[in-house]
Amino acid sequence: MILTGVLLAVFGLGLVGWFAARGRARLLYTGRGSMHSMPAYHGWHMALWILVPALLAWGVWSAIMPGLVEGAVFADPAAASLPTDPMTLGAIVSEAHNLASDPSATAFNPEARVLVEPIRAAQARFGLIGALLVMVVAIAGGGYGFTRIRADFRARTQVERAVMALLLAASLMAVLTTFGIVGSLVFEAGLFFKDVSPIAFLTGTHWSPASTMGANINDNFGAVPLFWGTIYIGAIIAMIVAIPLGLMSAVYLTQYASGAMRKWLKPMLEILAGIPTVVYGYFAALTVAPMIRDFAASMGMQNPSTESALAAGLVMGVMIIPFVSSMADDALAAVPRAMSDGSLALGSTKSETIKKVLLPAALPGIVAGVMLAISRAIGETMIVVMAAGAAANLSANPLASMTTVTYQIVQMLTGDQEFNSPKTLSAFALGLVLFVVTLILNIVALRVVKRFREAYE
Amino acid sequence: MTDTKLTARNVDVFYGQKKAINDVSIDIDNGIVTAFIGPSGCGKSTFLRTLNRMNDTIAGARVDGEILLDGENIYAASMDPVALRARVGMVFQKPNPFPKSIFENVAYGPRIHGLGSSKADMEQIVERALTKAGLWEEVKDRLTDAGTALSGGQQQRLCIARAIAVSPEVILMDEPCSALDPIATARIEELIDELKESFAIVIVTHSMQQAARVSQRTAFFHLGSLVEYGETDQIFTNPREVRTKDYITGRYG
Ligand SMILES: Nc1ncnc2c1ncn2[C@@H]1O[C@H](COP(=O)(O)OP(=O)(O)OP(=O)(O)O)[C@@H](O)[C@H]1O
Ligand SMILES: [Mg+2]
Repeated sequence: MILTGVLLAVFGLGLVGWFAARGRARLLYTGRGSMHSMPAYHGWHMALWILVPALLAWGVWSAIMPGLVEGAVFADPAAASLPTDPMTLGAIVSEAHNLASDPSATAFNPEARVLVEPIRAAQARFGLIGALLVMVVAIAGGGYGFTRIRADFRARTQVERAVMALLLAASLMAVLTTFGIVGSLVFEAGLFFKDVSPIAFLTGTHWSPASTMGANINDNFGAVPLFWGTIYIGAIIAMIVAIPLGLMSAVYLTQYASGAMRKWLKPMLEILAGIPTVVYGYFAALTVAPMIRDFAASMGMQNPSTESALAAGLVMGVMIIPFVSSMADDALAAVPRAMSDGSLALGSTKSETIKKVLLPAALPGIVAGVMLAISRAIGETMIVVMAAGAAANLSANPLASMTTVTYQIVQMLTGDQEFNSPKTLSAFALGLVLFVVTLILNIVALRVVKRFREAYE
Repeated sequence: MTDTKLTARNVDVFYGQKKAINDVSIDIDNGIVTAFIGPSGCGKSTFLRTLNRMNDTIAGARVDGEILLDGENIYAASMDPVALRARVGMVFQKPNPFPKSIFENVAYGPRIHGLGSSKADMEQIVERALTKAGLWEEVKDRLTDAGTALSGGQQQRLCIARAIAVSPEVILMDEPCSALDPIATARIEELIDELKESFAIVIVTHSMQQAARVSQRTAFFHLGSLVEYGETDQIFTNPREVRTKDYITGRYG
């Protein structure tokens, strides 16, 4: 509690420091050129010296304090009578913590009550120590900062450096998170591959991770039907919808639409991209899938399932249209006007020019856009969860129910799951495959786009 | 001997509200080269583009007045601008070969217009166009190379070959040498001189020397108006208008 309060105090001190330092610097200011940095920079420099060390101290203390509290509580005579079994002990301690912060909470273990007082006492003690420490650091930092205020002190340069450090830290954050995610994926997938051979996983055609039958666990983790479902829905059916429609709308928008028309149509198309995927999901499941089922029945199919690759793929295709269209739009716009002028001046019509000059010239950019679109489509989860089904079918029939990598990941990780079973861990292996494929698609696509851009610089 | 190929009567061109060409009337003859000169922004390119209706492709551009090709109004409703551009070809300031092979660049126009039905016919058309453009000897062994891989001067001659390949009656050239070095320029000038036997040629240029070297007639534009039009020799040695004289002697910016 007190630690939260001290944060406010530190920021208050920072504010005070800002004004104090600026005031002090102003006294030194005797005219243009008399100081290296304007007084406000001295203010910022001072505020940084107060805030940065104090916040670091606060962070460190917040990290080590729970350990210190724990130690103090176990050293308390009240803890002597607790059971030693780590599972029960853990439960009791966490209940005691809940009770300490909220006395009305219910406790299943009566022993927890005993610990409440020691916990409160330890928290109060260490909280106070921490608060004092943070304030001391803040004041010391501020004091040091204040002594540096002189006419020739380069506060502006220092502030500039601090800004750069802040920006660097922000970008490192994203990079480190990515590394963390990849690391955990690789680690967990590694555990999975201890149980299941990678070859069987990547080439097997039978997927039933839940079944316990079968002498060989390898036989139940053949992921090919999943890969096939993913490709069939995301890279084939969805693209059959998205490529022609996206391309044609891009051609219309860049080549034919009047300014007013474009002003209306482009935002409309972008709305498509803004619809949450879960909305597409229930559109697929509640509207498109039943229509397709009825159609399948009318075609004489026996017991058509409500879920079908076609329903998921069609809706996913619609979702991807704005993506393909905006990439194609960029690619077409990057083709110099001189190209189409050259063709028009030879007496070709607009559509001949588009077909024979513009589209071929924009092709690399369009291909790259399609690759990015595919990588989005195969990573898409909501639509397939709602409309594609769970059956791991290896079929070319678009009316059949199919499952995808993302769908299975959701299946493996939701509900009550025992951790560390091959079934749960398979989600990470699937995630790793998906990640690698998407990464390759993205890298190749960006390369292509870059080449293409250079060609017309 | 000369006869009139193109006639413009009281032509105005507007970009939106802005008038870029003001009441221009001019006769352009067959078998000679006509040069358009004038300070930057005076409307040379704009007027040139009215002659094959390339202005139609610019949003907001509007043309008033009459332009006759062999006595036929090219802005009449019955005139198909696409068919017109096959008769009045154009070469641009910056060489703009398509990102296709040299052969395909030249074959592009004939294909569109259904010329050269057999492969042999097409090869003949391409060879003839490249020969006329003075490029055949340099590229005959590499026809499948990309047109964009040629040097700037070669690219421009490729663009001329491309325009010739559809057998136009008039060729419009908008500063065709401004992106080229003097040797490539000399090469194109020679070519223009040869081509005038078969086509009416209109060339926009910023170079007085070029206009004097290649053209038989010269038109001087200023602020959207045609100031003076006459035999090139007369314009350069004995201009009637003060503004023309100032411009060709370099007294005008
Ligand atoms: N697409 C356009 N939209 C609007 N105004 C234009 C357009 N093209 C040209 N103009 C204007 O019309 C006038 C004539 O331009 P034009 O390009 O014909 O001049 P130019 O004589 O060819 O000049 P330069 O020698 O620099 O090529 C200029 O004032 C120009 O700003
Ligand atoms: Mg011009």
